[in-house]
Amino acid sequence: MLKIMIIGATSVIAQETARFFATEGAEFFLVGIPMDRLTVIKDDLIARGAKRAEVYEADLTDFGKHPQIIESAVQTMGSLDAVLIAHGTLGNQKAAEASVEVALKEINLNLLSNISLLTLLANYFEQQRRGCIAVISSVAGDRGRGSNYVYGTAKAGTTAFMQGLRSRLAKSGVAVVTIKPGLVDTPMTADVKKNFLFAAPATVGKSIYLGMKKGKNTVYAPWFWRYIMAVIIHIPESIFKKMSL
Amino acid sequence: MTTPLNRLKQYKSWGRYPTVEHKAIHQIHWRSDVPDINKFEETVLPYGYGRSYGDSCLNEGGILLDTSYMQQFMAFDAEQGLVRCEAGISLEQILEVIVPHGWFLPVTPGTKFVSIGGAIANDVHGKNHHRAGTFGCHVTQFELLRSDGRYICSPTENVELYQATIGGLGLTGIITWAEFKLKRIPSPLIDQEKIRFANLDEFFAVSAEMDQKFEYLMSWSDCLSGESSMGRGIFMAGNFYDPPLGSEPIANKLKPFVPFDLPSFALNTLSVKAFNAVLYRIPLGKHVRSIVHYEPFYYPLDAINNWYRLYGKRGFLQYQLVVPIEGDNEAIREVYRRIAQSGEGSFLVVLKTFGDIASPGMMSFPMPGVTLALDFAFNGEKTLKLLDELDVIVREAKGRVYPAKDARMSPENFRAYFPQWEQFAHYIDPKFSSSFWRRVTASANGR
Ligand SMILES: Cc1cc2nc3c(=O)[nH]c(=O)nc-3n(C[C@H](O)[C@H](O)[C@H](O)COP(=O)(O)OP(=O)(O)OC[C@H]3O[C@@H](n4cnc5c(N)ncnc54)[C@H](O)[C@@H]3O)c2cc1C
Ligand SMILES: NC(=O)c1ccc[n+]([C@@H]2O[C@H](COP(=O)([O-])OP(=O)(O)OC[C@H]3O[C@@H](n4cnc5c(N)ncnc54)[C@H](OP(=O)(O)O)[C@@H]3O)[C@@H](O)[C@H]2O)c1
Repeated sequence: MLKIMIIGATSVIAQETARFFATEGAEFFLVGIPMDRLTVIKDDLIARGAKRAEVYEADLTDFGKHPQIIESAVQTMGSLDAVLIAHGTLGNQKAAEASVEVALKEINLNLLSNISLLTLLANYFEQQRRGCIAVISSVAGDRGRGSNYVYGTAKAGTTAFMQGLRSRLAKSGVAVVTIKPGLVDTPMTADVKKNFLFAAPATVGKSIYLGMKKGKNTVYAPWFWRYIMAVIIHIPESIFKKMSL
Repeated sequence: MTTPLNRLKQYKSWGRYPTVEHKAIHQIHWRSDVPDINKFEETVLPYGYGRSYGDSCLNEGGILLDTSYMQQFMAFDAEQGLVRCEAGISLEQILEVIVPHGWFLPVTPGTKFVSIGGAIANDVHGKNHHRAGTFGCHVTQFELLRSDGRYICSPTENVELYQATIGGLGLTGIITWAEFKLKRIPSPLIDQEKIRFANLDEFFAVSAEMDQKFEYLMSWSDCLSGESSMGRGIFMAGNFYDPPLGSEPIANKLKPFVPFDLPSFALNTLSVKAFNAVLYRIPLGKHVRSIVHYEPFYYPLDAINNWYRLYGKRGFLQYQLVVPIEGDNEAIREVYRRIAQSGEGSFLVVLKTFGDIASPGMMSFPMPGVTLALDFAFNGEKTLKLLDELDVIVREAKGRVYPAKDARMSPENFRAYFPQWEQFAHYIDPKFSSSFWRRVTASANGR
């Protein structure tokens, strides 16, 4: 059965994804904070059919801990077939405009922590010569927008990093899957007014699950965002800069 | 896990009547992280999937606590058939987990898109009421979060809160998680029989015998036919199918059907056509038998997403009544007559007998008798007047009307149907209220 490490396992999108793997009897190594939530998720996955679920508490901005996380995962599980990185914060764009500190904190969590984790994971999977690395980036990384470009920058960086990694690891038979959700109804967007573009996290979870199983390069979730973003990235900058998006 | 639930949630009730504005909606994502209810100035009310028809899941001007995001299983004992899970999990999700292990819900309403919290708060019933009672009969314990603390409630612990919360309309606190017993099944298939009855006399004549023979039983009945064929209809009966040893598993061949969106004119015409087709294909007295997947048997309407739309913008009203079975059941006949006279048909009604298994729920709706569920497109005063007339009949017959499907019963009638309401009111959390509750407890003249 599949052995999967989920980093940022408390993410609702990650949980919904994990539930699909659980029905197949997958084994999990769940990383995140806080411990009591990880335990709640562990019990859920076991009840839904997971063969095993281990939990590991870690604040993912604690970069020094990253090597340890991966070592324990490999040691505890024997090996890893797949990893999904899901943690993140939407951040407050206005606050990031007002404060360098806030802006860098966003980048630290949403980009640098991914780079740190991916660097370590890439080496593990490259050696193993098989497996799947999936990261939740965002459609927000496809083009910088006035309303949330700090978050967008972190996601764009993540997407570019994954592109490069994909080329590198293709030679070793490792799938590198970039997931780009659109708008999803999760705690992250609790304060955002909902409209018809919002998807249920279970819908997105299913796309991620299928994308990981098939080893796709890029997964837009739901699928129609591929077309929305195709339009958005082609709007001339002279017009785009005047749009309030 | 495909429940199309929280996209563009509108925080309305299923009948789309009435629609009200709320001050705020709070989503609860973690059972350990419920906001402090005391910090709200307004009253609060839990909200599951809004599958109640009227105003019992609405709290005009107040706050809704959306519990449908709490979707964690806590434990599933596949040997003993016991599930413990958060209150926002839908019946659909539970079925996905338990059916492959040979278990089924002890009781299920006619849709699987309801939450466990909602199933308890309305103490829902299903086609097996005569055998299994209500959902509340199978709940072994739950956690109730009130403005003054957390309580574990069970038949032996905080018993009164347990009884008040089952059928308690969300007013006694937030159910964060619940534990309940499952039912063993030999397969996910139903051995179904359709049996035609010529009129209400025949329905009542064979009902008891049918209850004996079938674990699951309800009927469709035509309430617009003339006096002699009054109430003619079809029993939809079934038991779980026990495949003979060594037989080829047909489970894999029978697939549950896929939901689709119907254009908005279709429901009535469709159901009428389906009804007629079945009615006239089945000779009187004959049993038409088939093996079907449990999905179309229990949840025929779930195949049609958002079917409330079929009634258009004005919405619709449901009306479910129960009256004791007595003499020649004049009350039921009178209900049929009134509806036929009014021309406000609900062509199809659901007709079923309730058994005598008592629920622990203080305010539970089912009682021994015969129940009818009808729906009416909302045509303003005309519709309201008809339902008021039906209320008179039900009240005289010492029956009840189901709060989960009500948007209009008067305070006087509510109190007559549920004389225990005052006792129940002691257990209501002072920070909780609903549009329904304010309506039915308004002082009679102060309306
Ligand atoms: C097609 C269809 C068929 C139906 N068939 C049947 C049937 O056969 N039998 C039957 O009995 N009913 C039936 N119903 C009604 C439905 O089962 C009930 O209204 C059910 O309670 C809806 O659950 P919900 O999760 O949508 O709750 P909501 O409608 O959102 O809320 C219902 C009540 O539960 C309370 N509540 C919700 N969650 C919690 C919680 N966590 N803690 C405390 N209180 C809570 C709310 O405050 C409210 O009072 C049917 C409805 C539909 C649409
Ligand atoms: N929701 C959307 O519309 C949307 C759209 C596009 C992309 N995404 C991306 O999808 C991913 C998952 O988000 P989601 O929607 O599932 O929201 P979510 O449920 O809020 O998930 C994000 C999770 O990351 C955790 N986290 C934050 N900082 C952390 C840290 N330092 N260490 C460990 N964990 C940390 C959060 O924990 P706490 O809650 O405890 O902080 C939270 O559980 C994110 O990468 C997000 O950017 C979401």
